[in-house]
Amino acid sequence: MSIPSDATTIYARALTRRFGAHAAVRNVDLELRRGEVLGFLGPNGAGKTTTMQMLTGNLAPTEGEITICGVDLLARPTLAKSKIGYLPENPPLYRDLTVDEYLKLALKLHRVPKVRRRDALTAAKERCGLTNVGRKLIGTLSKGYQQRVGIAQAIAHEPDVVILDEPTVGLDPNQIRDIRSLIRELGGAHSVILSTHILAEVEAICDRVQIMHHGDLVYSDTIAALQAFHSGRTVLLGLRRPPADAELAAVPGVTAVERASDKLYRLQFAADRDPTEQLVQRAVENNWGLYQLAPAQTSLEDVFVNLTT
Amino acid sequence: MIFTIAAKELKGLFASPLAWMVLTAVQVISGYAFLKRLDDFLQIQPQLVQLASPPGVTELVVTPLYATTAIVLLFAVPLLGMRSIAEERRNQTMVFLTSAPVSISQIVLGKFLGLTLFVLLIVLLVTAMPLTLATSTHLDYGLIASLCAGLILIAAAFSAVSLYISCLTTYPMAAAFGAFAALLLMILMGEAAADGLRARGWQLPAAFVQVFSPMKNFEPLGKGLVDTYAIACSIMLVVVFIVLAVRRLDGRRLRG
Repeated sequence: MSIPSDATTIYARALTRRFGAHAAVRNVDLELRRGEVLGFLGPNGAGKTTTMQMLTGNLAPTEGEITICGVDLLARPTLAKSKIGYLPENPPLYRDLTVDEYLKLALKLHRVPKVRRRDALTAAKERCGLTNVGRKLIGTLSKGYQQRVGIAQAIAHEPDVVILDEPTVGLDPNQIRDIRSLIRELGGAHSVILSTHILAEVEAICDRVQIMHHGDLVYSDTIAALQAFHSGRTVLLGLRRPPADAELAAVPGVTAVERASDKLYRLQFAADRDPTEQLVQRAVENNWGLYQLAPAQTSLEDVFVNLTT
Repeated sequence: MIFTIAAKELKGLFASPLAWMVLTAVQVISGYAFLKRLDDFLQIQPQLVQLASPPGVTELVVTPLYATTAIVLLFAVPLLGMRSIAEERRNQTMVFLTSAPVSISQIVLGKFLGLTLFVLLIVLLVTAMPLTLATSTHLDYGLIASLCAGLILIAAAFSAVSLYISCLTTYPMAAAFGAFAALLLMILMGEAAADGLRARGWQLPAAFVQVFSPMKNFEPLGKGLVDTYAIACSIMLVVVFIVLAVRRLDGRRLRG
């Protein structure tokens, strides 16, 4: 891991958290640069939430250090926390307050100067699509709107780092799209950590991905590298009248043939020898009944399943 | 920050029916106690006149009113205090405060202040009752002020204890009952222990125990006697429980 620079918003090193003898998080390193969106993955109970609680100062790490924009979170928690916006798994909403009252309270607690509060409130509501519900009680809002209020309180004070724990749970598909584009937009000026179970979400909006399993960090890479590594090295081939496996394996470039189902094959090939053209040609010549030919998708899912089962 | 949190607490209290219910009940109960005492006083007034130096209306009507209010507060404050931390943790809203750039001490002090200010409102409403007599009789304002001060100290002590017990559990009802039981024990045992120790001539342990007996510390002020030791004890009690609450919440962050 490199030495933190000005562009580094979160720098955490060797984070460990034990609860008694049980280590919920072991030796996790994490670095986030300005403008980056980091996807934080892992099965339930992998230690994601514990890590996020440590990064937001809600839980003290047993070992390790955390720096937020160059400020030591453990030594100067108040200053460091003012640079973070956090949406926990269960949005911390006061049902008895109106949306406006609640967001104003969030702004006050995050020490936003009085002159800027009104603008910040309007901006946060606009970004999260809450302009029309400002005077409604939070308790009367639907789950989706409540989730948006939760996101609004995390971003209202324009923090350098936004940490979102499963922000799209319970939303309808349209709302999920809105929230995703909002997160993408946030990634421009801020940096975002996004914990989620939806892998497509990570592939769609994250720059980097880290996967946790049983308290360990098991994978950390950029999405671009992940896609470059996996995409194009596997194709799905659907044939109505399939030949023997050996015949497919004989196509130049193909290194392995795997039956995905009765008539669907998964072919692997060497990185620089794409057999697509050859496959099409042979399928036509031999009348194999080609009906599907596609590069295999969901490479992140493969990685995830591989590492966490 | 402390005031922001205190204001938020007050807003939260007034948004819940509990606060209004408590205000109403305290008013009705102390109103009844006040009128009953006043009625009794009017009946025995002819006999009082024959005494050489008869006790006034303030001593006979107002002092018992404050004693009654103190007992009502013993029930009310734990109920109000259960909201402040136990319920926040149960609703998982505590994270909202602990993630903000605010220290645990500021959170606890803000919550304490909010709760105490609310109870102060009860004290003010109760004080308005004897003040209505001012148009028709002479009142001992010194005694009323001293009673007010005493009740405020009791309110602060009850608030601090309720706040601490509220940190121990995420079940608001358990917090309320726990605070009530702790306060009752402190009142009963503190008083008995202080008296017993003093009778044996053990002044120092008696003085130490007295700190934990809110009612014992109220006594001198209830008689119009500004006893600095009793006042110091009340303040000490508040400080002890606030420090305990801060440590408890901080420990949650450190130990999980």
